[in-house]
Amino acid sequence: MTVTAVSFRTHLRRQARAELAFRLLTRFCAFLVLALLAGVILILIRGSWPALKLFKFGFLTHDIWDPVAVQFGALAPLYGTVITSLIAMLLAVPFAFGIAVFLTEICPLWLRGPISTGIELLAAVPSIVYGLWGLFIFAPMLQQTLQPWLIAHVGTLPGVGHLFRGPPFGIGLLTAGLVLSIMVLPFITAVMREVFATAPASLKEAAYGVGATRWEVIWDVVVPYSRVGMVGGVMLGLGRALGETMAVTFVAGNAAQISASLLAPGTTIAASIANEFTEAVGPVYLSALIALGLILFLLTVTVIAAARLMLLRLDTRGPAL
Amino acid sequence: MSNLTRRRVVAVLALGTSGVMTLLALAVLAAILWTLLSHGLQGLSLRVFTQMTPPPGGSGGLLNAIFGSVTMTALGLLMGGPIGILAATYLAEYGRKERWSVVIRFINDVLLSAPSIVVGLFVYALLVVQMGHFSGIAGAVALSIIVIPVTVRTAEDMLRLIPQGLRHASAGLGAHPWRTIVSVVYPAARSGLMTGLLLAVARISGETAPLLFTALNNQYWSNSLNQPMANLPYVIFQFAMSPYKNWQSLAWTGALLITLFVLFLSITARMIARLFGPQERRLE
Repeated sequence: MTVTAVSFRTHLRRQARAELAFRLLTRFCAFLVLALLAGVILILIRGSWPALKLFKFGFLTHDIWDPVAVQFGALAPLYGTVITSLIAMLLAVPFAFGIAVFLTEICPLWLRGPISTGIELLAAVPSIVYGLWGLFIFAPMLQQTLQPWLIAHVGTLPGVGHLFRGPPFGIGLLTAGLVLSIMVLPFITAVMREVFATAPASLKEAAYGVGATRWEVIWDVVVPYSRVGMVGGVMLGLGRALGETMAVTFVAGNAAQISASLLAPGTTIAASIANEFTEAVGPVYLSALIALGLILFLLTVTVIAAARLMLLRLDTRGPAL
Repeated sequence: MSNLTRRRVVAVLALGTSGVMTLLALAVLAAILWTLLSHGLQGLSLRVFTQMTPPPGGSGGLLNAIFGSVTMTALGLLMGGPIGILAATYLAEYGRKERWSVVIRFINDVLLSAPSIVVGLFVYALLVVQMGHFSGIAGAVALSIIVIPVTVRTAEDMLRLIPQGLRHASAGLGAHPWRTIVSVVYPAARSGLMTGLLLAVARISGETAPLLFTALNNQYWSNSLNQPMANLPYVIFQFAMSPYKNWQSLAWTGALLITLFVLFLSITARMIARLFGPQERRLE
């Protein structure tokens, strides 16, 4: 068969049409990502409107969450969310730093692969499995060991002592924070490893050249160089901790209250939604839960966006986690 | 103690601590896996795969939950995967230098770490309220929304690794860009795209929060996407929180199954990336 000029022209036209269609299709899908963010925010605002209209700004400042009296304030879940995330950060950040140092500076090459896989697998374990483990293994263990010790020794101190008083329930905000710290550890570690790698070898070699120890090279050269990125990594972990749902639902204790003690049961925004949504009766109750979701989404998106911006300054995008 | 000795001691202590921290983190992983194995294996039998979820105290398996999870995960991947890869194609090929691409890339990275429970709320308001009831399709849509950012990110990274020379060669033969992308770039990036999709499946197969108020649960066998659909994560949640021993035992078995599946996927994805990925990754 010979290719005639006419059939070649139709072929070209067909190709051009396919080209246009494909290009538009990819562009449509790309903008769908933007639409997704906008859609989530719009739908959440619409859903939470009845509750926000009823409680106004008080929704953020009241700590009474009473479905029976139809009184809803987000302060207790908000408090729980922030406290558990802070506990998680307090523990996860030094550990992530240590692990990143170990993996980038000390670990022999042949061990690096298996160990970093192990750390990353901590991120692959589903949230619900952390919840199960936290509720049946970790919380009873804390109830027997750490919590009585804290109550006996730290609880008697003035000031900080208030944080560790009351009976050891096992579950509670402290336990939720500890479980969260394990869950966000791989994320922070991944970012820290990535930013440590951006420190120029010439700087490190210069430091070694003037006689610095390995630790001094890390602490005085690599850390100052990658400070912004490290903060970005910490905030990325924070964003994760704030929105983590299932594990916290299992171990936080599901009590919408603000207690002075970290050992007392509490709740977080995500856990409140997970626990109560399917049982919520009445439009105000449902709307209040959606408003909680809106607060959570805006909070996490702000934290994560700030984190990613910091990482962009270092020309890394942060891990695909 | 001389200054030098002090500095050396500090170095050894600090680096030693970092090693201990790494060991502790790995020990936690080992503890979790050990717990899963010791609690989950007892309940593991053929029954788990052949019988429906039991009433409290009765005997049964997880068949309907496994079926529902597989169905919704597959559907979520089928909906979210192509959208993700096409969006990544725009970011890596057509819109590489456009200003909008920077914004989309950034928003996508933000969505990547956004809380999944909010996705559940979104789909609830979008689909469940309109349909008037919970359904398997709503669950699948929620999962697909989680698949999209993961796929966009991994696929774009992989497409960018394909050398420009291949594209130029194809263009030199007279191929339109779309032809180049479909017949040259995608095949060259095949293992990378596979890795991304596997990671996306790993991510959604353990997700519970987005299913709580989309697919909900179903105690019975249902293959209708228009009905509430049983799924492993929800069943684990419900059974673990219950006071019944047989339910709790099944929850552990279900958790073991999910975790083994997810870990298997993560490790497989890693192996594919290492074995078939671009050279520079192999040197790691």
